[in-house]
Amino acid sequence: MIDFLIKGAKLASGESIDFGIDSGFVVEPATARTNIDASGLVALSGFVDLHTHLREPGFEHSETILSGSKVAALGGFTAVHAMPNTNPVADNAGVVEQVYLRGRQAGYVHVQPIGAVTVGLEGKQLSEMSSMANSSANVSMFSDDGKCVSDALLMRRALEYARTFDAVIAQHAQEPRLTENAQMNEGLVSAELGLTGWPAVAEEAIIARDVLLAEQIGARLHICHVSTAGSVELIRWAKAKGIRVTAEVTPHHLMFTDEKARGFQPVYKVNPPLRLNEDVLALREALIDGTIDVIATDHAPHTAESKDCEWSLAAFGMLGLEAAASIAQSVLVDSGASTWERLEQVLSIAPARIAKLTNQGQGVAKGSPANLTLLDPAAKRSGAIQHSKSSNNPYASETLSGQVIHTFYSGVQTVSNSEIQNLETVID
Amino acid sequence: MKHLLSAKEIDHKLGIQLLDIAAGMAGVNSSDIKKIPTLRGKSIVNLFYEDSTRTRISFELAEKRLSADVINFAAKGSSVSKGESLKDTAQTLSAMGADAIVVRHFASGAAEALAHFGWIDVPIINAGDGTHQHPTQALLDAFTLRRHLFGSSEIGKDLKGINVLIVGDIAHSRVARSNRDLLRTLGATVAFAAPVTLYPFNEDSNPFYSNLDEAISDFQPDAVMMLRVQTERMAGSYFPSEREYARMFGLNSERAAQLSKNAVVLHPGPMNRGLEITSEVADGERSLVLNQVSNGVSVRMAVLYHLLSSSEELAND
Repeated sequence: MIDFLIKGAKLASGESIDFGIDSGFVVEPATARTNIDASGLVALSGFVDLHTHLREPGFEHSETILSGSKVAALGGFTAVHAMPNTNPVADNAGVVEQVYLRGRQAGYVHVQPIGAVTVGLEGKQLSEMSSMANSSANVSMFSDDGKCVSDALLMRRALEYARTFDAVIAQHAQEPRLTENAQMNEGLVSAELGLTGWPAVAEEAIIARDVLLAEQIGARLHICHVSTAGSVELIRWAKAKGIRVTAEVTPHHLMFTDEKARGFQPVYKVNPPLRLNEDVLALREALIDGTIDVIATDHAPHTAESKDCEWSLAAFGMLGLEAAASIAQSVLVDSGASTWERLEQVLSIAPARIAKLTNQGQGVAKGSPANLTLLDPAAKRSGAIQHSKSSNNPYASETLSGQVIHTFYSGVQTVSNSEIQNLETVID
Repeated sequence: MKHLLSAKEIDHKLGIQLLDIAAGMAGVNSSDIKKIPTLRGKSIVNLFYEDSTRTRISFELAEKRLSADVINFAAKGSSVSKGESLKDTAQTLSAMGADAIVVRHFASGAAEALAHFGWIDVPIINAGDGTHQHPTQALLDAFTLRRHLFGSSEIGKDLKGINVLIVGDIAHSRVARSNRDLLRTLGATVAFAAPVTLYPFNEDSNPFYSNLDEAISDFQPDAVMMLRVQTERMAGSYFPSEREYARMFGLNSERAAQLSKNAVVLHPGPMNRGLEITSEVADGERSLVLNQVSNGVSVRMAVLYHLLSSSEELAND
């Protein structure tokens, strides 16, 4: 008898199948302890987020590894990448191993720590990347996210050093001098609102520099949360030249424009800022044509008091784990512009490949690890319902398309009928 | 209208209505007994997070002439300096029974936060928020221009056909933004002259000049509004030196002489004499600077009256 029998699910390809899950793997259908009727549901390789702020250690009042893991599972994720801007910073083997272990204890998703590029995210001295790579956390991606590695020499050295163990540097592209005290996208809206603008060139100048560095060094570069049409053009050019660059876009940059800043509601304050409609359209096109490889959430929980205040005093960032699949479905599938296969690529297969997570992003195929999600594409749900410890949710007044119904991580059901499972009882 | 947050919210009808009420208030201000009982029993808090002399005193006078009880709250030396949030301060004042809050704050959008974030339910009057808006300044400028143009036949008039040139640090000016909105609504054409580094509306359709002499000769302004230039802007490399700024964008007698015969000069104050405006011009015949100050009280009385007197009283007007 196997663990689960899933009947009547559709794969991304459109093929209808029955399949089993047993001992952590996808298997042939057989008599099972639990039967799941998946008619009308789409079965996809479990989602992999390359950009998650779990806030632990140090900021557990916003989110914890456990609470963030549950939110991720509810969003259909089976792996998340924990950004290192914690306190202490994840800039050494001790901290990344701790984050990794806490993730395993939580058990809802694979929590893969990202290591800091520089000590304390201070942009002065390289962190011990090799030790983090060789630790039990097996770090293969490094980022100073939240801060840009703006020093050109330091970025060059980071790329060179990481190349020796084929790690990828994920750059938060933000030229600091061009964005001093910046509050939102620079344009007509910032001019009217009297908020300091954040010019597109501040992002694009760093991307232009870094793809050239990556080319010269032959290193792997990943661009975090691309937000402008100009950035898309630069990445398209770099890829055409064969430069080893990959890129991500967030759900919110695919959805919202800087018009959201009118009214000064800090829930819409985010780094990089919400841009113009032409940027949104360019990002969508780039996601469809492959210039942008993945959707990454930049899930950034913040306490109520750091958002319920004046715009310029508020923290940057918004939630994203629970909305990501719905935004992807709207942009790629419901729009008619692309396919479920592309959605599975950008939410699972490509991010797992970039992060070299061999147990993730393997599709729903017999013999592959049972990391998968079943979602109902016809469901309409309120974006207001969310499960993070924080409530800085920009989708509260939106109706979202599609809902994650079941999620399996390593053969364990983490979400059943859109409810998070209590894992102790499941494992017993 | 419950709050006054932005000049953008003032439509043509309301603009004329407020200016007309202000004209009546100006009559009160020029009589012997400068006080009417309209807001007797109302408590108004002036919540000032930024230093201000003329705006705070102007509001205070307006409130007192309407017989309101006035509480002045400056952020310095208060619980704010102990780290209290705007939300907590506002809720505290509201719990004590404030009937309206006049707020000046360093953060753009602070007045909107007080009005719309669900913290309190009290009329909010924006007395300047960051580099965003300063709607009563726009009203007093419009009032000053209208009175200059029409004198005693001002009632019901707008500013149609008037050319207003705003000169200086547009980027950091809430005065410029508010006037851009209100003067246009009232029918004026607004143009800007500034170093391009201090002009944020590049994508807009306003006439813009990077040369003041050209602006004067091409645009033929009926009014020139000179903005205060903060010398700390030099640190941000917005312009190289005070000397160069004064030479390129300062209003001196020679430039003023190029203005059309009846053109007037405004300045929201405080002035940097010798930088954006010379004393000869500031104190000269064209200058309406002191009219602006006295009209400020009348306009603020009009706003308070409009927002705070009961609807029955308004209906009986």
